[in-house]
Amino acid sequence: MNISIWLTRTRRDGGNFVKKIICNNPTFCSYYQSPNSSTSLVHSHLSSSIMRSKDCGFVGKGNFRFLYSSSSFNSSYVVSVGGRRYKATKAGEQLLFEDDNGNNTFEESKGEEFPGGKIFFTSEMNFLPGSSEKRVQCYRVLDENGYHVSSTTMEHVSKEVGLKVYSGMVSLQTMDKYFYEAQRQGRLSFYLTSFGEEAVSLASAAALTSHDLILSQYREPGILLWRGFTVQEFADQCFGNNAGHGKGRQMPVHYGSKNLNFMTISSPLATQLPQAVGVAYSLKMEKKDACVVAYFGDGTTSEGDFHAAMNFAAVMDAPVVFICRNNGWAISTPVTDQFRSDGIVVKGPAYGIQSIRVDGNDALAIYSAVRKARKMAIDEQRPILIEAMTYRVGHHSTSDDSTKYRSIDEIEYWKTMHSPITRLRKWIERKGWWGEKDESELHSDLNNQVKTAIEKAEKALKPQLKYLFRDVYEDLPTNLIEQEKLLRETVERHPQDFPIDVPL
Amino acid sequence: MWGIIKQKLGARGLSAPVFGDCMHRLRPMASAIRRYSSATKQMTVRDALNSALDEEMAADSDVFLMGEEVGEYQGAYKISKGLLDKYGSERVVDTPITEAGFTGIGVGAAYHGLKPVVEFMTFNFAMQAIDQIINSAAKTNYMSAGKINVPIVFRGPNGPAAGVGAQHSQCYGAWYGSVPGLKVLVPYSSEDARGLLKAAIRDPDPVVFLENEMLYGESFPVSTEALDSSFSLPIGKAKIEREGKDVTITAFSKMVGYALKAAEILEKEGINAEVINLRSIRPLDRATINASVRKTNRLVTVEEGFPQHGVGAEICATVVEDSFNYLDTPVERIAGADVPTPYAANLERLAFPQIEDVVRAAKRTCCRSVPMAANV
Repeated sequence: MNISIWLTRTRRDGGNFVKKIICNNPTFCSYYQSPNSSTSLVHSHLSSSIMRSKDCGFVGKGNFRFLYSSSSFNSSYVVSVGGRRYKATKAGEQLLFEDDNGNNTFEESKGEEFPGGKIFFTSEMNFLPGSSEKRVQCYRVLDENGYHVSSTTMEHVSKEVGLKVYSGMVSLQTMDKYFYEAQRQGRLSFYLTSFGEEAVSLASAAALTSHDLILSQYREPGILLWRGFTVQEFADQCFGNNAGHGKGRQMPVHYGSKNLNFMTISSPLATQLPQAVGVAYSLKMEKKDACVVAYFGDGTTSEGDFHAAMNFAAVMDAPVVFICRNNGWAISTPVTDQFRSDGIVVKGPAYGIQSIRVDGNDALAIYSAVRKARKMAIDEQRPILIEAMTYRVGHHSTSDDSTKYRSIDEIEYWKTMHSPITRLRKWIERKGWWGEKDESELHSDLNNQVKTAIEKAEKALKPQLKYLFRDVYEDLPTNLIEQEKLLRETVERHPQDFPIDVPL
Repeated sequence: MWGIIKQKLGARGLSAPVFGDCMHRLRPMASAIRRYSSATKQMTVRDALNSALDEEMAADSDVFLMGEEVGEYQGAYKISKGLLDKYGSERVVDTPITEAGFTGIGVGAAYHGLKPVVEFMTFNFAMQAIDQIINSAAKTNYMSAGKINVPIVFRGPNGPAAGVGAQHSQCYGAWYGSVPGLKVLVPYSSEDARGLLKAAIRDPDPVVFLENEMLYGESFPVSTEALDSSFSLPIGKAKIEREGKDVTITAFSKMVGYALKAAEILEKEGINAEVINLRSIRPLDRATINASVRKTNRLVTVEEGFPQHGVGAEICATVVEDSFNYLDTPVERIAGADVPTPYAANLERLAFPQIEDVVRAAKRTCCRSVPMAANV
């Protein structure tokens, strides 16, 4: 018995869909056995015996039909119906190819085992579109008013987690407000806020375990808050005093905590991305039930390190979750000047990485997506990409005045209409977990806490002189021992030139 | 006899061994006696590096090698020959072509406690990863207040080869040598290669290990002690390759060979040169260099890199700071020409120091007259 395969190709908006319809109607077969089968007869048989669906599109312009006769008896060779990818059946017969205009040509639907895998040939010269008509959709759970969108794919969020995420977001916002002011007053040299993006760091941190290693960019201190870094510790680092475990080495917001598995912040963009893959490779070799999570912004995806990291993570099967905060702006560069692709989510598949776009202002969506991504990364030992769509409400940093390049209306719109904090608050209030009293208590508590922390950090002593020379290497080298000695001698001889707030 | 063995073991920090182990450790003692009767083994620098990598990977499962062509191809210069078969693809990793990528990955792996050895096909290509090397690897221990150290080794050929043009011939000793947080090693002989690479891999700080392509095939005698798997050389100590009393010649990597040959030529003319093999650019062994200059009162520095801000400039400043009164004549700096390396063989020869240049410089410090025209 001969198995005949009809291949129908319809062209639709530049894409090619190859559908294979299998039929083993004997009557049918007899017709196309002869090479002189009439076109119209074939047409009519085709239309009558094969199920028509919207996708098949037999009728219409640009349809090409060809006959492929195979003498293979083994039906296991014949593959799926309606599938895009198909394994060619074993045969070598040529195809009779005719288009609607009745032109006959011969075509070989063959493939070739190129290095890297089998690829099928086509006679159609089709350029893949640079971008699809429709942008990738954005996963969300809550709408702007904190109501559940009718979605079933959502992780359960307990009261404890929900409230901790909420109070974490408010803490971050409060901290940002006061530290920013402190910089404006000249008490801090630099600061960087997370206004508008609180959900990305807090909700994602909530979805991870304390064993997951974090390599972030600089706008994710919420993760540290979640893991237990206190407001006082933040203040100590920013003021560079001796209480901060940073020993006064780093500029403000360049936090780090080995205990909390949070890698010290590195200023150059995207350097943390290939490093994240390296850490993941190390975890893989240890076979730990943990993954690495790397955060970065939309602008960072232009850096070479981003592409190296994505490619490498896929090739090495590294358990990394890449989380991109697409907040629309890279200092003054809008995303339209940063890339021409549909954001960052479409870049994942280019490297062979599963990707999702989520509403970055929706804490619950982020929570669900990150939980799922983490599980996939660890169970399947593969990288995952998450693009969180959000908006940078604040300026890039204290060195920036964003009203110079964007409208105040735009900032106000996002600040009020899409505030992740407001959205989650409405949800927890409706759940009955939160009320007015809780809200005012939280705010007054936090205000006091942050103000006290700042005052205390400011007054604290700076790191001792010896910390200037330590940690350059594991062991103190002789030249630095000499230099320290020389410095101390100089201080002794000229005490009036030495600052009073630096302890010796 | 046992007392002596115990002492030797104690010096290496080993605990009381099992008898079988003990026999193994007796060997160095025994062969030390036998040494006088047998010829010393010859080993190429390539084999020295290969054996050092092999032994360190066997001793510590956290050590792994990463780079382009290091696995299946056995290494672009065959330095990692046989390692893929022995240790598998998890520990000998062939990377996609992205220096920034695999260097970053190495740094990340080092953050988490592995000990990567990152191979660059040449250090010219490492410039594509320089941010990861300098801003991340070198500075992280300091920036993290000592919490995160980076036990990584960056190695590969440095400096000119032969006829490879401008983008394949630069010496990076001075560049990396200026960065606090890095250690920079420059082996010359096979013993240097073995001892320094082992020390580099065991070191908890990031080390830049600058090899030389032309030296890979050269054979040097190695002592039995150097062949032992626990052998290592101290980082930051220079070696006096040839003792002398008239002029100090400092050099590193391939130039040590040139300096030694120059010293032989000078000997015939009655000038007794002391040749110092730096072995380490950072930390620079200021003590040895100054002690030598205080003895000879004259100094010639030799390097293949560009003259401005070079290693020789640093050595000169060091000597002026510490031993100014001991200098009888100004310091002579021999370096590569201040041009991107030309390709044509005759031009390339003019662009790098030759033995005659070292000889003439030494003579100038000794106030001997030298012929005006350069020997081409």
